[in-house]
Amino acid sequence: MATRVLGIGALVAVAGATTFALVGVAADLNQGEAQRIMYIHVASAWLAYLSFGVTAAASVWWLVRRGPRADAIALAGAEVGVLFTAATIWAGMMWGRPVWGTYWQWEDPRLTTTALLLALYVGYLLIRRLTDEPARRATRAAVVGIVAAIDIPIVHFSVVWWRGLHQGPTFMSPDTILNPPAPGQFVAALLLMLGAFSLAWLWLMVNRYRLARLDWEAEESARRGRLPGLVAAVPAPRP
Amino acid sequence: MTAVARHLAIARAIAAKDLRAELRGRQAVTSTLFLAALTLLIFGFALGPDRASLAAAGPGLLWLAVILSGVLAVGRLHQLEMEDGAFELLALYPVPRAAIYLGKAIGGLAAMLALGALVLPLTVVLYALDVASALPGLVLVIGLGALGFAAIGTLYAGLTVRLRAREVLLPLLLLPVVAPLLLAAVSATASLLAGDPLGELGAWLQLLIGYDMAMLLAGGLTYGLALEE
Repeated sequence: MATRVLGIGALVAVAGATTFALVGVAADLNQGEAQRIMYIHVASAWLAYLSFGVTAAASVWWLVRRGPRADAIALAGAEVGVLFTAATIWAGMMWGRPVWGTYWQWEDPRLTTTALLLALYVGYLLIRRLTDEPARRATRAAVVGIVAAIDIPIVHFSVVWWRGLHQGPTFMSPDTILNPPAPGQFVAALLLMLGAFSLAWLWLMVNRYRLARLDWEAEESARRGRLPGLVAAVPAPRP
Repeated sequence: MTAVARHLAIARAIAAKDLRAELRGRQAVTSTLFLAALTLLIFGFALGPDRASLAAAGPGLLWLAVILSGVLAVGRLHQLEMEDGAFELLALYPVPRAAIYLGKAIGGLAAMLALGALVLPLTVVLYALDVASALPGLVLVIGLGALGFAAIGTLYAGLTVRLRAREVLLPLLLLPVVAPLLLAAVSATASLLAGDPLGELGAWLQLLIGYDMAMLLAGGLTYGLALEE
């Protein structure tokens, strides 16, 4: 019940924040209407990083304690994170085309880092899918989750240097829109969107976590030769 | 015998076993050498016969050949051991897991160095790279790149060796993780060949060393979990 309230709240909040971002705020002087994409783009990016942080912490937790809860949280973080990362890249490309004149900007370290981030966690989801036994799957996935978390800062440094050592930034990067004296209403629209997206993120995480726990129980029961739900329907074999 | 010396002795024994099996014709890595050479040849056809553009692409192609063949090499080092039924026995040895990891990683490093030793002269011949003055630096960069790749490649090969789809999964997992290594190694190689005009070589070498240490640490701590299944 509480989850349903959260879901409805998230829906209303996203609708409200979107309306405000579309009609409540003025368009940017330089970038025009395209700048409104930034509210979705930046909010998604922050939540993507939060998701992968959750996965890394839950992966360590699994390796230390081996609780099914840790594995379910790690899976929820990775899957929701992949969703938000894909949304970040998609929104970024939609914004980049009118503002930068190109969908893909190799010199932007954030873009290249984010693309690799997506590849890292798609790999994480793949190794999960290809392992049958729940505890083995959780261990393998936890190792991949931890390596990915170690790799992300190195990736970021390397692409920043890669560009930075050759030449300075050619185009505006998304964060410089906020950092120079951004009008208060722009900041307000972004914070509103971030709050609304966070509610939606929480709702997705809770539901994915519950589904993962049910999956785990079903797999464990099947392994022990019992399926929940079938127990009552099928009479026990006579001794 | 101190703990460190004991770890090293075990690691050396495991690496020597892999090397001996390879030299006696197991063909885990030897066939990947041919693949690396072929890759360089095919890249040439893909890019066209223009000497200048081939030389410009040289550092990138060198490392792509090393990494793409390296994925196969580290994978097969585990795979053949698994098929021989030796991987289970390796996991049963009552020795520290980190020492087993180190041994397998040294085997992987030997394979990667062999790849580098083949690919570097081939790049010189095929892409007309002028390496004479930069040779000591290039050897260092190839050594650091090979170490980092062997460190993470061994961990992921051990993690995926029991999976049915390991041939596809290993590159899918490995390539995004080695992206910073590729970037640093290619940049260091290119800057060495150009005489380091921007003074950036040191930064790339530091990044490679940092990467190597991070991945060796991750492998030493978690490789045992892959064995214990």
